[in-house]
Amino acid sequence: MPSSGASRVNEFLHQLASGLALGGVYAIMALALVMIYQATQLVNFAQGEMAMFSTYFAWKLTDLGWPYWRAFAVTVVVSFLGGIALERIVVRPFAKAPVLASVIVFIGLSLIFNALAGWLYGYSTTDFPTPFDGRPWFGQRYMSAHESGSVLVSLVVLALVWAFFRFTPLGLAMRAAAQNPTSSRLVGIRVGWMLAIGWGLAAAIGAIAGMMAAPIVYLDPNMMAGILLYAFAGAVLGGIDNPFGAAFGGFAVGVVENLMGAYVVGSEVKLSVALAIIVGVLVWRPSGLFGRRIVARV
Amino acid sequence: MSALLEVSGLDAYYGPIQALFGLDFVVEEGGVTALLGANGAGKTTTLRALSGLIRRQGDIRLGGRAIVGLSTEAVARLGVAHVPDGRGTFTDLTVEENLRLGAYVRRDRAEVRRDFDRVFGYFPRLAERRKQQAGTLSGGEQQMLAISRALLMRPKLLMLDEPSFGLAPMIVQEIFRILAAINRDEGVSMLIVEQNASLALDLADHAVLIETGRAAMSGAAHMLRADDAVRRAYLGY
Repeated sequence: MPSSGASRVNEFLHQLASGLALGGVYAIMALALVMIYQATQLVNFAQGEMAMFSTYFAWKLTDLGWPYWRAFAVTVVVSFLGGIALERIVVRPFAKAPVLASVIVFIGLSLIFNALAGWLYGYSTTDFPTPFDGRPWFGQRYMSAHESGSVLVSLVVLALVWAFFRFTPLGLAMRAAAQNPTSSRLVGIRVGWMLAIGWGLAAAIGAIAGMMAAPIVYLDPNMMAGILLYAFAGAVLGGIDNPFGAAFGGFAVGVVENLMGAYVVGSEVKLSVALAIIVGVLVWRPSGLFGRRIVARV
Repeated sequence: MSALLEVSGLDAYYGPIQALFGLDFVVEEGGVTALLGANGAGKTTTLRALSGLIRRQGDIRLGGRAIVGLSTEAVARLGVAHVPDGRGTFTDLTVEENLRLGAYVRRDRAEVRRDFDRVFGYFPRLAERRKQQAGTLSGGEQQMLAISRALLMRPKLLMLDEPSFGLAPMIVQEIFRILAAINRDEGVSMLIVEQNASLALDLADHAVLIETGRAAMSGAAHMLRADDAVRRAYLGY
């Protein structure tokens, strides 16, 4: 069936738009990863499963008949507190342990959340509601209402996080604590708490990512596995020590992944695009597009 | 004068290694005490022990209150401002953000604003470089920034670790002149570690000579200055 040029352009724009929608999810997941990475130089491999678990929590609330936005808000708050509790109870005891011990703790956490979700909610795939239903926005045909809403939510999260770190004393203290813990303690900043709050924020952001992704990828205990990988690719691409580079990387990976899936490699193997990006960036530009090159003097 | 800081029988450890052995000294209210001694004698260690950055035991009293069991943050919040060796600059933050961190635990906003003006009065160069990334400052400017950050804590006790380190003599003169003014005009008590013993003794009323983690001599600054052994070993004449 020969397709006209116009419809091919339409198809391309459609793929681009869907890429942006999931890219927004990758962007804020990448932001969550970077937040913990900056403070500890560790990648929280459990971030995805934590987000998945939060999404199930939100699903449970809507299932009980709560209005969407109330369920959304409560989930974000509970995830924030849960993130703090996790850091205090599970992560803190390994603060001085070798890196590998922490990595194992993160992997263990992700397995626990995955199994817990399966046990509590089952492994079958479930629909997840979106607050953005109805006709596509602005009269265009490339992006569903949910996709547009999801991009909007991602941008709002990025703006709020930026404003928090840029303009509030607590945000400044968290940046200081990540950068120079000793000097921070000497001016009275409780560095341990800053790290816990960082975990809380990352968990809350992850919850939002999960709730935006679930209507697209459907809810199941493994929903975030691929997303975390793309988010990680985005973070590496943009520069894992630069929150906004990482967010940009998330959007870029979303678009590239979708276009590659549609036109080049097919949707079955498009996850390998993420791996190719990770390996490629690490080989050719280890600090990422916007990352800071660290030159060590020896 | 009454003592602001009373230290007695202070031991400190780096891991299993004991670095201080039963140190005693005081900083008077409004006074300046200098810690003198060779490299590795334990001067920096003493400040770190007081701030709770390393394990320590003994009796440390700030205004009569025992602080030996407190965390570094808690000691800072009680009014001990420690300007660490290497200046502890937040290099990726701006000059202004570095200063705001000094005032982080304070809630008296109007007073904080006045204190900003006050430190900019002492160090006008910092005002010019407010928006600049602190890591790009020269060594002298970073030392001024570190002192200013500490002053914004409104400290009872200012602890300075080698404020002259690596700086040109003219800058050192300027910084010590300002430290003397801060002590005289605002009554901020100071505990100062300094390689340049002559400079430190000019500023101080008390001095302690530390040798291998022990107080070899302590007393009024003019007494130590007059001591033959101190003069030959540390003042070089």
